[in-house]
Amino acid sequence: MIELTNTNSSEIAAEFVRARIKAGSPAMGMVMTLIIVVDEGGAHDAMEAARKASREHPARVLGVIPRDARGEATINAQVGIGESWSGETALIRLKGEVVKHAESVVLPLLLPDSPVAIWWPENPPLDPAADPLGSLAQRRITDAAAVTRGKSKALHTLCAHYAKGNTDLAWTRITPWRALLAAALDQQPLKVRRASVTAERISPSADLLQAWLNDRLHVDVDRQTSRGPGITEVVMDTKDGPIRISRLDGKLATFSSPGRPDRPVALKRRELPDLLAEELRRLDEDDIYRDTTARLMKLNGTAAGKKA
Amino acid sequence: MTGPVNPLRDPEDRRLPRIAGPCGMVLFGVTGDLSRKKIMPAIYDLANRGLLPPGFSLVGFARRDWADQDFAQIVHDSVRDHSRTEFREEVWRQLAEGFRFVPGDFNDDHAFDQLRRTIEELDEVRGTSGNHAFYLAIPPSFFGAVAGQLKEHGLAEPRPGHWRRVVVEKPFGHDLASARALNDILGEVFESGSIFRIDHYLGKETVQNILAMRFANNLFEPIWNGNYVDHVQITMAEDVGIGGRAGYYDGVGAARDVIQNHLMQLLALVAMEEPVSFDAESLRTEKLKVLSSVVLPGSLDQTTARGQYTAGWAGGEKVVGFCEEEGISKTSKTETYAAVTLNVETRRWAGVPFYLRTGKRLGRRVTEVAVVFKRAPHLPFNATATEELTANTLVIRVQPDEGMTIRFGAKVPGTAMEIRDVNMDFAYGGSFTESSPEAYERLILDVLLGDPPLFPRHEEVELSWKILDPVLARWAASGAPEPYGPGTWGPKSANEMLARDGRAWRRP
Repeated sequence: MIELTNTNSSEIAAEFVRARIKAGSPAMGMVMTLIIVVDEGGAHDAMEAARKASREHPARVLGVIPRDARGEATINAQVGIGESWSGETALIRLKGEVVKHAESVVLPLLLPDSPVAIWWPENPPLDPAADPLGSLAQRRITDAAAVTRGKSKALHTLCAHYAKGNTDLAWTRITPWRALLAAALDQQPLKVRRASVTAERISPSADLLQAWLNDRLHVDVDRQTSRGPGITEVVMDTKDGPIRISRLDGKLATFSSPGRPDRPVALKRRELPDLLAEELRRLDEDDIYRDTTARLMKLNGTAAGKKA
Repeated sequence: MTGPVNPLRDPEDRRLPRIAGPCGMVLFGVTGDLSRKKIMPAIYDLANRGLLPPGFSLVGFARRDWADQDFAQIVHDSVRDHSRTEFREEVWRQLAEGFRFVPGDFNDDHAFDQLRRTIEELDEVRGTSGNHAFYLAIPPSFFGAVAGQLKEHGLAEPRPGHWRRVVVEKPFGHDLASARALNDILGEVFESGSIFRIDHYLGKETVQNILAMRFANNLFEPIWNGNYVDHVQITMAEDVGIGGRAGYYDGVGAARDVIQNHLMQLLALVAMEEPVSFDAESLRTEKLKVLSSVVLPGSLDQTTARGQYTAGWAGGEKVVGFCEEEGISKTSKTETYAAVTLNVETRRWAGVPFYLRTGKRLGRRVTEVAVVFKRAPHLPFNATATEELTANTLVIRVQPDEGMTIRFGAKVPGTAMEIRDVNMDFAYGGSFTESSPEAYERLILDVLLGDPPLFPRHEEVELSWKILDPVLARWAASGAPEPYGPGTWGPKSANEMLARDGRAWRRP
């Protein structure tokens, strides 16, 4: 790691080239640039997750830490390559006026012609696609479950501002559930009459799962509350009986379906690097997520209407 | 495929993995290296990635006095030692409930009766629904006995709407006649769509990438023909000797062990025309077309080479020669190095020789395909400027260090015009491979899904033998293989073989 104090984009870019030549491997086979916007406190964990995800997706990872926006503009950076990274990394700390112009720092550091993804590990902007940094990226990853302010509304806000390329880790988290539910209907093509999702009271993932089931199956999907962790049960009711996946410990689920013996199935809550790696696998629009967010907005609309 | 549409599936939903339907696997040859080092860890890794169905069951069959728990212990140890992904208790619990063991001999009717009952019991308590794959990780000489027993005890016949599949590993015979005989044995019991032949090379990401590279890009295909390509070298080298495989290797040799299957498949993928689509049928059509257009050159003595490693030093270690290996006859004529020249008689490849070589105890472990291009027809430089420029080459590195290299000339910095070869490299990521699944994971999953594109069909196997048989016959009739020192790149005759055509082997 090279420390650059009071620096600028071109010095950081020059340091990337220097470091690569020094490592003796000028071609790194990097496939994308990943921007991470994070507070000082979350920076370490976020960079660590990106490091692990970069095994699958070699990337130039630019960690941007915006600090106090008052005062004179200063940019400090730590630049490094290799050492268990399969890409390059720069952790850039912004202070003063430049905080409001972070995109001017990042833009010259994007890899030529390769896709750009951005990830807000904690609090995303209200409208990620309209954010100056967010607009540089074609994939904007948020995490409604990790938001520290206004948790219960976070997902709703993100869905309301859905734009092509937006996606949320709460959605990524339910891929194994969705895979298992889809496989259940592959095995027994039964017509689902109604369904229910049981989870912790605040669970963006459960909300998305509910919306997805509602959108795909066109049936009522109840949302019930349990003590968690995360999602604890999904039931799809058919005329032959319920298809039920229940997971009480966050690890091992029981899969039951009509006329078949109950079977255990591993359904572990996945760690951040796994989620991020899945998210970076495809950088085009996630059409199913788009439909699900639209459905979620509709469901929320009717729920609000009923209350009023 | 037609049938009821699953509302939860959408072709646009590319996050959802394909999970195999309810099924189980019966493993013959539980104690072998293949089972312990490859198959069992792959099954665990698949479960860990959430790709096995709930209720997946694994039945071991062997001549051991074991209970289910003993078998589970063997699997546990092999998973601990060899699996690619981390060990997780809940995944293990999902799997372990489905372990069964049936002790018995291959000609023991009682044991196969018990196997049938075990499978029926699993259908009952684990919901495997009558879908079972029989993995024959045993020497081919036992295929007949096992297949016969499976048929006799009604194990090979699926109920309507369910499946029974059989999985076999190479060698698929030792010549055309024996390959046909073997196929007849299996074909009598299983229909051809239910026989899965594993060539683990085809499960490798880099091998599948050959198709992606050729047919997803516009850059390579225009020059992928005899107008621009001078020749192609396909190499699979190992730095080790035969190790513990003496019993199998003696009398078989390098050509049968490697060229007939792996290298012929690589050749087919490199040389074939563009398939209409990527389904199994279209791929097979193209592979069959190109394999049936392969011919051997006229004089086999001039265009093939074989060798046998001697004692000496390799990689800083003192090693014994092939004939001194344990279990090998002192007078063995089995080749440990084989090289052949093949011509592909199509418009695309007319006049472009394909050189295939493989060997044990060579310089290092490497598998690669090198497409060597013709030199530029005119070089507007003086002779000294291009002295160090050789032919442009595109190398597909299959293993280790997966990736691609392009070699071309560039100007050496300085006042004089001097041109030298440089490499441009695409590595499959610094550690891309860490997350990329083992070949066996992919292949076993494909067996359970019933997805055949990556498995060679018997027609391909037979065509490969048809190509190789005359070479083997010629070698059998002409004395012993030429000795070569360990840790070198093979016998002199192999170099002479290329020198006759005015070419040389790459040092891979």
